[in-house]
Amino acid sequence: MTQVKSKEPLLRIAKRDAIPRPKAWAIRIIAVLLSLVVSGVFIFAVTKLNPIAVYQGIFDGAFGTPRRSWVTIREAMMLLCIGVGLAPAFKMRFWNIGAEGQILIGGIVTAGFMRAFGGDIPTPALLVIMAVVSLLAGAAWGMVPATFKAFWNTNETLFTLMMNYVAIQLTSYFVALWENPVGSNTVGVINQQTRDGWFPAIFGQEYGLNVLLVMLLTVGMFLYLRYSKQGYEISVVGDSENTARYAGINVKKVTIRTMAISGAICGLAGFIAVAGASHTISTSTAGGRGFTAIIVAWLAQFNTFVMILISFLLVFLQQGAIRIASLYNLNDYASNIITGIILFFILGSEFFINYRVILRGGKEGGKK
Amino acid sequence: MTVDQIVQLIQSAVQFGTVIMFGAIGEILTEKSGNLNLGVPGIMYLGGIAGLAASFFYEFNNPAPSGLVCLVISFLAAFAASALGGLLYSFLTITLRANQNVTGLTLTIFGGGVANFFGGTLNSMAGGVGQISVATTSAVYRASIHSVTDFGLVGRLLLNYGFMVYLAIVLAVVLQLFLNRTRMGLNLRAVGENPATADAAGINVARNKYLATCVGAGISGLGGLYYTMDYIKGTWANDGTIESLGWLAVALVIFATWRSVNAIWGSYLFGLLFWVYLIIPGLGRRDTYLFNMLPYLVTIAVLIFVSLRNKKENQPPASLGLAYFREER
Repeated sequence: MTQVKSKEPLLRIAKRDAIPRPKAWAIRIIAVLLSLVVSGVFIFAVTKLNPIAVYQGIFDGAFGTPRRSWVTIREAMMLLCIGVGLAPAFKMRFWNIGAEGQILIGGIVTAGFMRAFGGDIPTPALLVIMAVVSLLAGAAWGMVPATFKAFWNTNETLFTLMMNYVAIQLTSYFVALWENPVGSNTVGVINQQTRDGWFPAIFGQEYGLNVLLVMLLTVGMFLYLRYSKQGYEISVVGDSENTARYAGINVKKVTIRTMAISGAICGLAGFIAVAGASHTISTSTAGGRGFTAIIVAWLAQFNTFVMILISFLLVFLQQGAIRIASLYNLNDYASNIITGIILFFILGSEFFINYRVILRGGKEGGKK
Repeated sequence: MTVDQIVQLIQSAVQFGTVIMFGAIGEILTEKSGNLNLGVPGIMYLGGIAGLAASFFYEFNNPAPSGLVCLVISFLAAFAASALGGLLYSFLTITLRANQNVTGLTLTIFGGGVANFFGGTLNSMAGGVGQISVATTSAVYRASIHSVTDFGLVGRLLLNYGFMVYLAIVLAVVLQLFLNRTRMGLNLRAVGENPATADAAGINVARNKYLATCVGAGISGLGGLYYTMDYIKGTWANDGTIESLGWLAVALVIFATWRSVNAIWGSYLFGLLFWVYLIIPGLGRRDTYLFNMLPYLVTIAVLIFVSLRNKKENQPPASLGLAYFREER
């Protein structure tokens, strides 16, 4: 090796075979810490606050009072639910960028049923009906691009992306149709007096049912992907369609079925957002979560338990940033900047997990 | 439906189209190098806010701002900020081989955050009504070549726009010639189709990807600049319009089947579809939302049509969305 040393580049990159899990996590944690430093510098530059005070403020914003803690938990559950919904699609290497639309469609049908049948059907039965229709609506919305992908290989990234905007315009249409009071361009809180079709408090907690539902989904999806035959089929199709075909897996069927599941869970997220949180519908019911959840699902490498961690980290910072923003008269978008910074760092850190950088003349230069 | 209404519709369509045409031209250049940059909305945000902020600080500190300086600094700031967004994306996806879709989406979140955060701050800094306005700069961008009466109907339809409308058309034609008539363009397309082959032929894959993505991002960002300066007349609103226009630009790339000259008429067609409700009598406000779906539905139809016909020259670049690593075979 030494005789070619003069031609060796300054930095060389090689793929790692495997990295011990603790080391991989150490790299990720360093990335998160670095991103927090950069975010701190950003907040300091804008507010001139002591960065430590800033992070205290963020913590206070996310967990300062029981009420704030529950909002943080509720938001994290929303993000997690969508991430769980996206997991099977991404594991199949099907780029479902359409969660935003699938959530909205689920939300629209939920709000529609809530308005139409609130008071006529007892709330528990109504909740079940709304859950079912939102699942169906989300599944249908997800199966359209999947069907075209399965039969004609239509690009799903772009197809699902376009479906989002169709759903957003549909939402605007229904908001205008149902607006209350007239002229406000919002639907208002549905059934505010009667609370028909709202999630009941369980364990004395307003958002207890949200947590319960999403946790069930998280565990269920983990088991489905890891231990079921269908989960195995998904991972084979994701790794190599040709292998899947050779092994006798019906790729078309798996594609459509998986996207139906993925869309259905995202539709259910819309149901949880409307019946379990905001009790209204607007284009911000999804509010970009469909996109953020893509990143959550990808970074967790489809492990739904890791998603819990990432969802909480992101929501913690978002809620904190919203608090900081309102304290210092900034606007909420600071939270998007911080989210962006953290994600950039985590994305970049994956490189150091998968590859090694070898310096010229380093210890590996001559060893090989 | 009067002549005036139709003229107004066409003018609105052209202005609307110009915003997304810039976005799409930049994205076509980027995608030709094999990078699917879903950060277009974020980049357009960055371009819009950088141009606005630059001219705002110049106008704010100068009692008598010069139009030319306004133009130059806002233009350069917009291009530079967007190209920096592209550089960030390039570094993550090309050097660090991060997933392109995820990186692009993050860039969209980040760019939207930066723009709306500082846009809101500028609005409150502007004081008074809480609405920033850069009148001088905006006037330069909106100055049309002739006064409206000069050429009658033709003048109103063809000449009644700010210079960026024509710049977009010129850029679209230049990009088409560059990609299909020059060696550099050929190299770039080779990188996008099959980076391993291009590498073997001695083309520097990373450099081509970096350049195409950064310049492409700069061009996309001009769409944001045109939006803030001309379309909404030198103001800022945190209403997420740029984001939806950015996705429409991504849609337009598909609609144009990766040929920038097609983006010219495609963008105007999108504009017509978006504004067509203006000339349909008796529509309620809510019906306009259904009409606003049309550009997206048309794009879906094109997407399906292209995949059904499966013609070679209409396909996306073969390695679109994939990272290239020489040692991976």
